[in-house]
Amino acid sequence: MEPIKAAENGEGIGLVEMKHFAFAYPPNELLLESGEKLGPITLAYETYGQLNKDKTNAILILHALSGDAHVAGFRPGEKHPGWWDNMVGHGKAFDIDKYFVICSNVIGGCMGSTGPASINPKTNTPYGLDFPFITIKDMVTAQTHLVHSLGIKKLLCVAGGSMGGMQVLQWAVSFPEMVHTAIPIATTARHSPQQIAFNEVGRQAIMSDPAWKDGNYYGHAGPVKGLALARMIGHITYMSDVSMAEKFGRRIKEDRPDKKFSPDFEVEGYLQYRGDNFVKRFDANSYLYITKAIDRFDLTNGSSLEKVFRAASTVNFLVMAFKSDWLYPAYQAKEIVRACKQAQIDVSYCELNSTYGHDAFLVETDEQEHFIKNFLRRISDE
Amino acid sequence: MNNNSESADYRHIKLEYKVIMDLIPAGSSVLDLGCGDGDLLHLLVTLKNVRGSGIEIDEKAVRKCASLGISVSQQDIEGGLSDYGDKSFDFVILNQSLQQIVKLEAVLKETMRVGGKVIIGFPNFVYFKSRWQMFFSGRTPVTPSLPNMWYDTPNLHFLSISDFIEYCRKKNYRIEKAIYLDGNRIIRLFPNVFAQTGIFLIQNGN
Repeated sequence: MEPIKAAENGEGIGLVEMKHFAFAYPPNELLLESGEKLGPITLAYETYGQLNKDKTNAILILHALSGDAHVAGFRPGEKHPGWWDNMVGHGKAFDIDKYFVICSNVIGGCMGSTGPASINPKTNTPYGLDFPFITIKDMVTAQTHLVHSLGIKKLLCVAGGSMGGMQVLQWAVSFPEMVHTAIPIATTARHSPQQIAFNEVGRQAIMSDPAWKDGNYYGHAGPVKGLALARMIGHITYMSDVSMAEKFGRRIKEDRPDKKFSPDFEVEGYLQYRGDNFVKRFDANSYLYITKAIDRFDLTNGSSLEKVFRAASTVNFLVMAFKSDWLYPAYQAKEIVRACKQAQIDVSYCELNSTYGHDAFLVETDEQEHFIKNFLRRISDE
Repeated sequence: MNNNSESADYRHIKLEYKVIMDLIPAGSSVLDLGCGDGDLLHLLVTLKNVRGSGIEIDEKAVRKCASLGISVSQQDIEGGLSDYGDKSFDFVILNQSLQQIVKLEAVLKETMRVGGKVIIGFPNFVYFKSRWQMFFSGRTPVTPSLPNMWYDTPNLHFLSISDFIEYCRKKNYRIEKAIYLDGNRIIRLFPNVFAQTGIFLIQNGN
């Protein structure tokens, strides 16, 4: 209960409020990369800090697969703060005393933005699989509408980890005129076969659950077993051998039910707990659509990364990777750095020590704060 | 030394850095290989308005570079250079790191490719005090410019000023300028004996 107390005491950011931005009303629907149109679209977003008079201090934070617009502070009645609360706040890496921070839920998501669980205006029922395929670029294009609606012509910075980092890269190469600096963290410019493979296992877990019903499960419990299993697999890839050994060891679970093959080890219980919790807040179809968008992400698009990055030659980059991240290994970050250098882009790169695996970008906030603060200070001074 | 020496900031800078800074015209682009804490790059950026970036492998040093607002890549010099196109920088600096590079020849070749001009600074192994220590005490020399004991040194290559001049001749690297230092003094006579440090400005001969 402590976090609630902290929020009530006005520590940290305190209470925050989710806002909604609706656009792409027919006949001006958003044209997606697939050629299909989507509209109207709602983006859920939160903002922190104050936009300055010239509207030059805005930072857009981009979330990962299972994230949402709630990056920091507390929503009324919630026990836990936003997913990057240690990074966004007074005096933090993204200092809300200096910067106006925006975070929006992606399209295709299920945390307030238009996604497969939303009502299709043509049928007045949830989209389900009638929802069009979306891409990382579609997510970003939708965000440009939100940013423009706030009167912002150029973002001081776009930043995010994992899928958020992919959006950062997409922002920089597709809308360089709207981006001053880019901070992609623990990410890649194109999804690798191994990364696709893990996502496919997750999708198969959902789709092989009889309750999935070709995505037509709204109004029922839905494929909770499949989605929980997908999340369990995901969690394994977010941790590292060392972090699992440190967190669980080979410790045996207390209060084991007297049933064969019920979880013995703490790690088994943990994974089940994470899986079961996830289904309470996440839509299985969103998981399918978003993981597909991630898998199809390839910034090179048949060209070379260097050529693609030439479009972003005016953007300053800070690229970060973590040594124990085996899901998005540092070599992928180095490919981004290499492309920046070949395209004569100002780039800084650091490979942070951490045992947390891919989760490090959410956890190792002190080190990230050091690099981000100094990077933003340098850019602001220029 | 040129007129810059008059400025107040400039006076407290160590001679080795001053010498290197004087080789670089204001506004140049500079890559510092093994830039350490980034102090030389910081001076170049703030006092000579260069467009500077560095490569440094040590995480703590990279942290300090960030504090100084230096654009730095945490990478190994051996391998990291292939990221850059030909003549990407007006100057590439390889100061006090050459003696620690495993595949030195390959790195030098890459350095010459990436930089229009290259500044190389290294400790002179045959400095007279080293010769003295070797000759009279029969011990591996320890000097201010080569301060490590034999069992605890990052250095792999031990070269003299004459060695380097001969190497440049052999590789057809043109030496544009050479400055020799003994701590805070510039050495003009018999540098191979009296200088602890050699700083060379070189470029491809053809």
